Amino acid sequence: MDTATLDAASLLFLLGATGAYAMSFVSFALDLARRSADATTADASARASRVLAGSSAAGATAQRRAGVATLERSGGDGSGGGTVDRPRSPISLRVGLALAVLGFALHLVATILRGIAAARVPWANMYEFSMTGTLVIMGVFLGVLVVRDLKFLGTFVTGLVIILLGIATVGFRVDVVPLPPALQSYWLVIHVFVAILATAFFALGFALSLVQLLQYRREAAAVAGLDPRAGRLSFLRSLPGSEQLENLAYRLNIIGFILWTFTLMAGAIWAERAWGRYWGWDTKEVWTFIIWVIYAGYIHARATRGWRGSRSAWLAIIGFSAVLFNFGVVNVFFKGLHAYSGL
Amino acid sequence: MSRLSDSRAKAVRRDSAGSGDPRRPDDYVDSATPPPSGPDDTITQPRLGPIGWLRWFWRQLTSMRTALFLLLLLAVAAIPGSLVPQRTSDPNGVAQYKVDNPDLFPVLDGLQVFDTYSSVWFSSIYLLLFVSLIGCVLPRTRHHLQALRSAPPRTPARLARMAGFTTRTLDGRPADDATVAHAVESARAMLRKGGYRVVTFPESVSAERGYLRETGNLVFHSALVGILVTVGIGGGFGYSGQRVIVEGQSFVNTLSAYDSFNPGRFVDENRLAQYRVKLDELSVTYEEENQNAIGQPTDYTASVTTDGGAAGVASETAVKVNEPLRIAGTDIYLLGNGYAPTITVRDPAGEVVFTDSVPFLPQDPNLTSLGVIKVPDGLAQQVGMVGFFYPTQETSEHEEGDFSSFPDLRNPVLSLNVFVGDLGLDQGVPRSVYELNTDDLTQLSGRNTDTPGIRLAPGETQELPDGLGTVSLDDVPRFASFDIHHDPTQGWVLLFAVCVLAGLLTSLFIPRRRVWMKAVRDADGGLRLEYAGLARGDDPMLESAVKDFADRHRTALAEADDASAPSSERI
Ligand code: HEM
Repeated sequence: MDTATLDAASLLFLLGATGAYAMSFVSFALDLARRSADATTADASARASRVLAGSSAAGATAQRRAGVATLERSGGDGSGGGTVDRPRSPISLRVGLALAVLGFALHLVATILRGIAAARVPWANMYEFSMTGTLVIMGVFLGVLVVRDLKFLGTFVTGLVIILLGIATVGFRVDVVPLPPALQSYWLVIHVFVAILATAFFALGFALSLVQLLQYRREAAAVAGLDPRAGRLSFLRSLPGSEQLENLAYRLNIIGFILWTFTLMAGAIWAERAWGRYWGWDTKEVWTFIIWVIYAGYIHARATRGWRGSRSAWLAIIGFSAVLFNFGVVNVFFKGLHAYSGL
Repeated sequence: MSRLSDSRAKAVRRDSAGSGDPRRPDDYVDSATPPPSGPDDTITQPRLGPIGWLRWFWRQLTSMRTALFLLLLLAVAAIPGSLVPQRTSDPNGVAQYKVDNPDLFPVLDGLQVFDTYSSVWFSSIYLLLFVSLIGCVLPRTRHHLQALRSAPPRTPARLARMAGFTTRTLDGRPADDATVAHAVESARAMLRKGGYRVVTFPESVSAERGYLRETGNLVFHSALVGILVTVGIGGGFGYSGQRVIVEGQSFVNTLSAYDSFNPGRFVDENRLAQYRVKLDELSVTYEEENQNAIGQPTDYTASVTTDGGAAGVASETAVKVNEPLRIAGTDIYLLGNGYAPTITVRDPAGEVVFTDSVPFLPQDPNLTSLGVIKVPDGLAQQVGMVGFFYPTQETSEHEEGDFSSFPDLRNPVLSLNVFVGDLGLDQGVPRSVYELNTDDLTQLSGRNTDTPGIRLAPGETQELPDGLGTVSLDDVPRFASFDIHHDPTQGWVLLFAVCVLAGLLTSLFIPRRRVWMKAVRDADGGLRLEYAGLARGDDPMLESAVKDFADRHRTALAEADDASAPSSERI
C-alpha cells in the first residue's frame, strides 16, 4: 500500500476511535449522574447521623468527627472509589470502560498506520503529536486504572481526548511529508516521546486536582454544617476525600515532573547537537522552563505551611494550563527555532 | 489510614522529632494538619538588634514560603521574553519590532524586555532564589551528615498511636526474656537485611531507612547551584562564530577568518585551536516524489577535509545537520546553505577586474536568492550590481516576473541590475557584503530603467551597459554556513544535569521511614508483638510495609519455633 492509502486508513481508524470515545464519554457521564442520584438517596441516613452527633455531649468536635467519618466511609480506601456505597461496578461504568478500551485499540491502530505511512515515528508535527499524545493520555489512564480505581475520571479523560482529537483532525491535519533534516535524529524519538508521556501524567494529575478542589469545597461545607446537597455536584460524595485525591494527584504529578525534567534535559542535549548551543531561550525552551518551574513550585507548595491542599492544587492546574498553552498556542503562533508544527 | 489517626500520628511525630530528622525551614510541613498555633514568624518580635534583624531577614529569605514565591516569580518573569523577540536569539526580530512599534519600543527597551534573560530584574530573581537555596541547603547538609552517623531514635512509648500499628501474638511461648530476646534479634536481622539502620533495646527495635531520600534532595538542589555557577563562569571561557564557506574553499580557525565572532571574557582571541577545514562538496537531496513535499530538503551533507587538530593529518569526513564535526575542542555545525554564483567581470580590453564566488542569501524555500557584487576598481566607474539568482527559473503570467520553482539547479538564471557611482567603500565605514546602498548610485540597467537587466545562465557572458566591460557567470557552486563553537564547560553542565535527575529520582521515590517492633508482656502472661511505622515525607507504601514486616517476622518466629520445638529453652 502506498503512503496516501495508509494515511487514509489511519484517518478512518482515528475517526472510529473518536466515535468510541464519544460513546464512552456518554457512559461515564451517565455514571456520574447515577452517582449523584445514589448520593441523594443516601442522604437521609447521613443527615440522621449528623443530627445524632450534633446532639451528643462531645459537641462541636464530635460533630466534626462525624462529618469526617461520613466522608471516610464514602471515600473508601482509594482503590474502591466508593465501593462501600456502590458494591458492584455499575453497568454504565463498565460499558464506558469497555468503549474506552475499544477506542484505544482503534486509536493505536490509527497511530501505527500513520507511522508506517510516514516510515518514521508518528510525532513529527502537530497533527501527529496530538494523535500520539492523546493515545498516550488514554494509555496512561487505562494503565493507572490497573493500579488504582480512577474510573471516575473517565468523563474527563475521554472528554479531553475527544476535544484534542477534534482540534487535531480539523485544525492540524497535514499530509505525510518527509522529515526535514533538523528533525532527523533519535532525539526526536526520545525527547518528544518523553514530553508526551509527561503531558499524559500531568493531564491526570490536573484532573485529580480539579476534583480535589471541588471535593474540598464540599467537605468544607459539610464540616460547617451546611447541607452537602447545596452543591449540585453530589456525585462527589462517592469519590475519595480531598486529601486522598491530593495525594494521588501528587504522585502522578511528580512522575510527570521527572519526565518533564528529562524532556528539558534531552531537549538541551538535542539543541546542542543541532544548533550548537544547549540553551538559547528560544520561545519553546522558555515555555518548557516555565512549566518546569511551575511544577517545582507545586512540589514546594506541598511542603510549605499554608500552601498544602487547595493552593498547591491550583498550581498543578496552572501548570497543566501552561502545558496546553505551550502545545496549542506557542507551537502555532509564536516565532522560534522550533518551527515544526507542520502548518 | 483514617484521617484521625493520621493527624494523631503526625502530632506525635512533631513531639518525637529527634536528631535524625532532616532539617527543614521553619514553615515546612509534610501533613495537611495545621500546625499547633504557636509563635509565627510573621509576628514581629520585640526589640531586635541589628544582628537580630539580620537573623530575621535570613530566616525569611531561606524559608519555604520565600522559595516558593521566588520560584513562581521566576516563572512569571520568564514570560515577557517569549512574547517579544530577544536580542540574543533574534536581533532582526528586535529591529523589526522597533519599526512596527515605534512608540512602545523605547519603553520596553528601557525595561530590558528585549534582553529579558540577562535583565536586572530577571537576574535578581534567580540570584535571590539561589541565595535562598544555598542558605537552605547548607545547614541541611551539615545536619544530614550528622544524621548519617547517628543511630535511629528511641522506640516511642506508645506504638498504638503510630501509623500502620498492628500486633501479632506468639501462641504457646512463655513471655520470658529468652523469647523476647529472640524476637528482638530476629527483627533486627530482618530489618538490617531490608536496608534499615537498626538499634535494639531490651524489649524493642527501632529502625530507619531511606537516608538516601534526603541525600537525593540535597544533591538535586546542590546540582542546580552547580549548573548555575558553571554556566555563569563557563560563558567566559567559550567562543562562538559564524563562517560561510563556498565549495572548494577553506577555513582556517583564526579570528580574521570569521564572518562574526563572539568571544567569552577570558578567551585569548589570538590563540584559538589551530586547524583548517576545506568544504569539498555540499550535497543536498530534495524530495521529488511526494506530491505534498516537492522540493523539501531531506538531506544536507557537507563533505569536508580537515587538517590539523590533534592528529595533525588531513582526513575526510562529513558534517550534517544534527551531526556536528568535533575537532580540536571545537564543534562545527552545519546551519545554512545557499548558492554562491561565480562571477567574473572584465574591462573593455578583456582584463579580469573581478572574479569571485559570491554567496547569495536565500529568500524562499525554492532558494530564490539575493546577492550583491561590488567592483570598486578597474573599470571606468565603480560598479555595484544587485541580483536575483533563480536555481529553477520560471516566469509567471502575472506581474511578478521571475521566480524559482525548485531549489535544485534545473534552470539556473542570474539576473543583475547595474549601478554606478561611489560605493562608499573608501570612507572607512564598515559595509555589509550582502547590502548595496544605492542612495548615491545611478542605476544603468534593469527594472525602472530603459535598458533591460542582465540575464545570465552558467557559462554565458554579457556586456555591461555604457560599454563598461563584460560580466560572466562561470559556475554556481553551493555555500554552507557553519557555526563554530568552543565551550569547555558543557561537559560539567551535563554532569550536573545528570546529578539533578538522579537526585530527583532518589528524593521522590525512595521512601524514608521508621519502623518499630516492640515486645509487650500481657497481664495474662502472653507475649504480644507490636509493630508500627512513621513516614518521613510522602510514603504511600508505609502501612503495607509495616504489615508485611509484621507478617514475615511472625512467620520467621513460628518457623524457628518448629525447628527448635524439642528444646524451647534455646536462647
Ligand atoms: C532553583 C530553585 C529550586 C528548585 C528548582 C527546587 C526544586 C525542588 C524540587 C523539584 C523538589 C522535590 C524533589 C526533591 O525533594 O528533591 C524540591 C524539594 C525541596 N526543596 Fe526545593 N527547589 C528550589 C529551591 C529551594 C529553596 C530555596 C529551598 C529552601 C527554602 C528549598 C527547599 C526544599 C525542600 C525542603 C524540599 C523537600 C520538600 C519535601 O520534603 O517534599 N528548595 N525542590
